[in-house]
Amino acid sequence: MLKAENLVKIYETGFVRKRRITAVDNVSFDVKEGEVASLVGESGSGKTTTAKIVLRLLPPTSGSVSFKGRDVWKELKTREQLVDYWRKVHAVFQDPYASYNPFYTIDRVLKQALRLVGVDRNSEMERKLIEEALNYVGLSPEDVLGKYPHQLSGGQRQRIMIARCWLLKPNLIIADEPVSMIDASMRGAIIKLFMNLRDDYRTSIVFITHDLGLAYYVSDKIMVMFKGRIVDIGAPDEVVKHPQHEYTRKLLESVPTLYRKWRWV
Amino acid sequence: MELHNVKAYYRQLVGSTHRVVRAVDGVGMTISEGEIIGIVGESGCGKSTLANVIMMNIRPPLTLVDGIVKLYSEGREAVDLQRLSREELRRRIWGKEVAIIPQAALNALMPTLKIRKIILDVMKSHDPDVDEDYAINTAVRRFRELGLPEYTVNMYPFELSGGMRQRVVISIANLLNPRLLIADEPTSALDVVTQKMVLKILMDIYSKNIIRSIVFISHDIATVRQIASRIVIMYAGKIVEEGSTEDVITHPLHPYTDGLMNSVLTPEDEVKRRGVRFIPGQPPDPSNPPPGCRFHPRCPYAMDRCRREEPRMVQIDGNRLVACWLYTSK
Ligand SMILES: Nc1ncnc2c1ncn2[C@@H]1O[C@H](COP(=O)(O)OP(=O)(O)OP(=O)(O)O)[C@@H](O)[C@H]1O
Ligand SMILES: Nc1ncnc2c1ncn2[C@@H]1O[C@H](COP(=O)(O)OP(=O)(O)O)[C@@H](O)[C@H]1O
Ligand code: SF4
Ligand SMILES: [Mg+2]
Ligand SMILES: [Mg+2]
Repeated sequence: MLKAENLVKIYETGFVRKRRITAVDNVSFDVKEGEVASLVGESGSGKTTTAKIVLRLLPPTSGSVSFKGRDVWKELKTREQLVDYWRKVHAVFQDPYASYNPFYTIDRVLKQALRLVGVDRNSEMERKLIEEALNYVGLSPEDVLGKYPHQLSGGQRQRIMIARCWLLKPNLIIADEPVSMIDASMRGAIIKLFMNLRDDYRTSIVFITHDLGLAYYVSDKIMVMFKGRIVDIGAPDEVVKHPQHEYTRKLLESVPTLYRKWRWV
Repeated sequence: MELHNVKAYYRQLVGSTHRVVRAVDGVGMTISEGEIIGIVGESGCGKSTLANVIMMNIRPPLTLVDGIVKLYSEGREAVDLQRLSREELRRRIWGKEVAIIPQAALNALMPTLKIRKIILDVMKSHDPDVDEDYAINTAVRRFRELGLPEYTVNMYPFELSGGMRQRVVISIANLLNPRLLIADEPTSALDVVTQKMVLKILMDIYSKNIIRSIVFISHDIATVRQIASRIVIMYAGKIVEEGSTEDVITHPLHPYTDGLMNSVLTPEDEVKRRGVRFIPGQPPDPSNPPPGCRFHPRCPYAMDRCRREEPRMVQIDGNRLVACWLYTSK
């Protein structure tokens, strides 16, 4: 479904003294239909940069991304092709608040999604689909419709983003830290919704997180990123029980455990 | 420090009606010398408000409606913080007795100010006539204790690595050796590697006796258990359970505590066996909490009585506290 090959991204910063940062360093991976692949690493390891390249939001310095056999950076040219790509490869971000316009009620993000799939404004179909989408993510329409983003909790806002995914039925969702700003008590609920999309529609998911514990429960495949490179890759049990790379071990040791107290030295 | 029946509400004018958010609604707790207390609860349950109450940093729209906040010191008379003016609090209490690392502060240092200037600003807010050399020397000593090189004082925040920046913020909050440090969600916005580093820094200043007690606030019980000796669970403005960390983790009493533990996703066999879970529903609107037990709409054990009457805090097994009808005989 998705194939990233030898992605490199070098940022140049500074006006006087040019500094080059290799944010992504020769990254290759693929995601199959219905597969959940996690990209795990600490802050600054290059996860979001990789996601932006895949989403065709940020050009790579070199390397290629192909989706269903077409080169995303070379072959998609017209506005229509791009809009179609972003419908099929859809992003869900960390801060659901940033995905909303604070001046409009949340109905708007759902209605806009319906425009993309050709459902008429103010039609009976529109009303019915929105209701179904909200039910799918466990929200009752009367609780959330007509509300402004700030009137909802982070969990509710993120659920609505998933309702939007349900309306668009993308082939691939790129979820960048979708639960890191959500209370621990609600993370499981959001994660289950992603899993449902995968089970019901064979949606593929690239799940980005700094928390290897979380990745352990959502993924078919875990890719550990460190300083722009993928240093460890494998099934969750392999990576967590038999980490290959020193860094994977460090990442694992940083995840707070509930039933075991760390020894402070 | 002792808190008795503290009520702190936000009063807002929405249109022509008054909305009263009962953010902290009848909280009592004791913070003993040498203790690390973890306060756990979901977003909006009143943790940050409680932190402000402990500091007695109360400004409109927040008002202290009721309650006593007593600070004890060795060989001195106890002080009722709620009786002090802001001026007195600033001069006598803040930074010296009680200090806070506010939510999200670990990433937020004014980027255009040299660390040196930030230190002087902080020191002057406590004592306008403080000697500048003395202030900087105090900071340098503190920096050294936390493994920061001396030249850090002459750098700008953006020149520091993430770990150094967090050390600087924590050092500055503790310049005057406060007896109690309140850390309000210091780790929540950070990645796990940095989270652990911050916990280490806090343990470091604690074991070096720079501070005596810590109130550590987080929504993540797995993080809190790593550092706290005692855990306080908050729900919708109230404390629902309190006990030693080991007791609470190995044998949670309140159904909400159980829910919090069951929703944690850590790579442990116990967690893998039970699978991905969560607490259904949402915390209530704090301006209009449900009658009876505030947790009843989400509680799997809710009984008739829970919907009508509010459970009182009861003591169990000697030193555990819980507010839930399941533990009240009759
Ligand atoms: N626009 C930019 N200009 C310059 N450097 C950048 C830019 N965006 C990111 N970087 C740098 O690229 C590296 C990778 O950043 P990226 O945002 O991909 O990390 P991440 O893994 O998503 O981190 P986080 O967990 O904090 O979101 C970092 O060193 C970052 O400072
Ligand atoms: N400045 C404010 N004005 C009105 N309501 C507020 C204000 N700050 C917080 N609240 C409300 O008080 C309640 C408790 O908030 P807070 O103490 O910040 O919770 P927590 O830190 O546990 O997330 C929430 O319902 C919140 O919306
Ligand atoms: S008092 Fe009743 S509703 Fe509240 S936690 Fe206990 S059993 Fe559940
Ligand atoms: Mg990122
Ligand atoms: Mg808070």
